[in-house]
Amino acid sequence: MTTILNDTGEVTVPDAKADSDDLWLTEAAVETATGWALKPEGFCKGPLCVPIGDGKRGDLLKDGRVNVAALWRHIGRPVVSADGGDVWAFGEGAEDMGQALTSLEAPDFTLPDLDGTLHSLSDFRGRKVFLSTWASW
Amino acid sequence: MWQTLYDELKQHNFMVIAVAMDSRSDAARPWIEDANIDYVSLIDRDHRVAALYNMVNVPQAAWIDEQGRFVRPPETAGAYEGFRQMDRATATMPEEAMALTANAKKTYLAALNDWVVNGTDSRYAFDSAAAQAHVAMPTAEIATAHVHFRLGQYLLRSGRSDDGDRHLREAIRLHPDSWNMWRQHAEPMATGIAAGPEFWQRVDQLGSDRYYAKVDMEGMP
Repeated sequence: MTTILNDTGEVTVPDAKADSDDLWLTEAAVETATGWALKPEGFCKGPLCVPIGDGKRGDLLKDGRVNVAALWRHIGRPVVSADGGDVWAFGEGAEDMGQALTSLEAPDFTLPDLDGTLHSLSDFRGRKVFLSTWASW
Repeated sequence: MWQTLYDELKQHNFMVIAVAMDSRSDAARPWIEDANIDYVSLIDRDHRVAALYNMVNVPQAAWIDEQGRFVRPPETAGAYEGFRQMDRATATMPEEAMALTANAKKTYLAALNDWVVNGTDSRYAFDSAAAQAHVAMPTAEIATAHVHFRLGQYLLRSGRSDDGDRHLREAIRLHPDSWNMWRQHAEPMATGIAAGPEFWQRVDQLGSDRYYAKVDMEGMP
């Protein structure tokens, strides 16, 4: 099993083949890993599709597998992996992060309190919120 | 830290969400338990909020209205770098630096209070154009730094400390402005808080640059 860290948390995918900076997954596993799916019209999440040229598509598809790491980099997003290729982290791209902030809609997140109970920013819609960070260090 | 403020303002349909940038939840626990708080206090071991909000230090804060929109995007939350004038041999601060630091906190809290009570009528609430202009935009290096940081923390938790360290060092290299990343990583090497000689050396290298980014607010030093 290969572990994927993505914007929703941590998932595992079976039958992955890691080779240096490349991660080859079955088409079904691509959506599990990234939340995005490879479709005829491009690489898609919900109504949003990033077109993939035919030439590029040929490089990214081989023997029924998709090079999801190369695909991710192709749409301008960072992906890094652990030694051994068994853990991969897929991140948001700078452009998307910047657009999210300038939309002025505060990005939602879900985190635990000390007891492990999960809370989301969106739970507090309808109230003014002072969102502040601190640290023990 | 924010309990007095919250007690004063909770009647105004207001909530404080304090997020600890702490990769080891046990590090934050005594601080939270001793504080006797009744606002929301969360642990962010992977610094997800720092990534989403492009934050580089603590305390940084955002003011978010009833519709979930920024009234003030992330910025320094009332801190001032008077500590840089500390006499490091005796750990004492000049009176002037202490006064400036206290004044920064007081000014910021008064402004926050004004917004919570008066809403959009508050002169401290940005309109949309001003709020957008105050957003710190992430770069490709920053975005990549955050995935290295995330993977590095995961590997440390899995006992893979050499590989984890490698990713954390790469995160710090890509995002040198992030004190969150540097101090989180430095912590295990220091006793208690990450304020050893390496910290001071890094602070001194700032020269005339700020440790806490200056806040665009009337009366802030």
